[in-house]
Amino acid sequence: MNKHLKIGNSVLAATLLLTLFLASCRSGGRDGRKVADSLATPGTSAAVYEDIKQAERIFYTLPSPLESAMLIKSAGALFDDNLLNPIENTRNYNTNKSMALNLGVYTCDLSFASLYDQTQLIIDYMIAAKKMADGLGILDAINQEDIDMLEQNIHNTDVIMDIVSQTYLNSNSYLEDNGQPAVAAMVLTGGWLEGLYISTQLVDMKDFNGNKLVGRIIDQKLSIDILIDLLETSKGHPAIDDLIAQVTKVKLIFDKITLKTSPIRPEYNEATNVTVLKSEVQADLTPEVFKELSAAVAEIRSNLIK
Amino acid sequence: MRILKNAPALIFLIIVSASNANGQCKSFAKRTCLPELGSYTHDGNYHATVLSEGEEAELYKTFYSDMEYRLSICGDEDLPGVEFTVMDVNRNILFSSREAGNAKTWDFKLQSSQQLRIILKVISSGQHSGVPASGCVSIMFGFKIKP
Repeated sequence: MNKHLKIGNSVLAATLLLTLFLASCRSGGRDGRKVADSLATPGTSAAVYEDIKQAERIFYTLPSPLESAMLIKSAGALFDDNLLNPIENTRNYNTNKSMALNLGVYTCDLSFASLYDQTQLIIDYMIAAKKMADGLGILDAINQEDIDMLEQNIHNTDVIMDIVSQTYLNSNSYLEDNGQPAVAAMVLTGGWLEGLYISTQLVDMKDFNGNKLVGRIIDQKLSIDILIDLLETSKGHPAIDDLIAQVTKVKLIFDKITLKTSPIRPEYNEATNVTVLKSEVQADLTPEVFKELSAAVAEIRSNLIK
Repeated sequence: MRILKNAPALIFLIIVSASNANGQCKSFAKRTCLPELGSYTHDGNYHATVLSEGEEAELYKTFYSDMEYRLSICGDEDLPGVEFTVMDVNRNILFSSREAGNAKTWDFKLQSSQQLRIILKVISSGQHSGVPASGCVSIMFGFKIKP
């Protein structure tokens, strides 16, 4: 009896230790980078990262596919369905890497189609995104009810945006909460690269100077360090290492753009309850550097959607 | 003997509860934080985790000049409270929820696109007896095109 009790207690003690160990492993990735590795974070805003060690959890956030699509539309760009990843390509994606990247790509394409009222494409790309999510084992990220609701509200942009937002939230929360931060990072990367690809392809070089879309592309210089930091939290994963190498090529081109920002002056408007962060920015993207950036992004994206 | 007999069930319970700690935050974030975005469209990104009293989370994000944003912070009701600070890349404080009457949301727009840093902190209750409270915290962003 006593022996059994001892064995039982040992099993429980071992289990507790194992559980604590597993929990610490999980928080040691993207969740809880502390002291040494976080101090090494590079970037234009290196000073900001100096006291990262205090945080228990660090989130590196990229513009979501919906936000990227909204930025393209607000810049006055026109829709071009030739820029989307053909849905027939879904059959080519059989690895976790290709499915994760193209879940991001298709969600961005879906967002783009949604904002331009491309009714049939909205359904097609939701189904393509669902195939990727299902392939990754993301339970109920996009279910038949979402697709039915999409069909019923196909002319209601607000409802469609809510559905796209919810399905994207379901996907990345599932991956984060189930200990797959590397896969989650790939989804985010795919979405961000697709947004950048569509943006760069839509720029009319005859209308380069003062082009609002070019301004939004320059803004991505602010996000590329965040993207690399995000990927580095899963460094050592072969697919992530490959992505870091590819994204670094894009970063080196962004580094050729000088971005000067004046100090931010917050001004609160009591009437609207909105704070305006006032600041001026100067950037110097030449057509040559833009073409280089556009070509590099197109090459990476071409590899992603193969 | 009974302990040994029940060990598999206990092992299962311990592992499931540990792995579900963050999983529960998704439901919490959707139920509690999402409605606070009101008329703003949620961007679809997920930032939620379990924190204890006195712990912090940080978030880095680029915000664009074409948009108006609402930032929403939520903390589990078991926590003594959650506060947040928004800083620029030079660590100048742009907004403090404490100075804004413990606000849970912040509406803002930008004249030029900027990378900002958001620090979320679980307030410490100051009670040193017992286990510190812990629970889900979440940061969500909604956006809309500037009129």
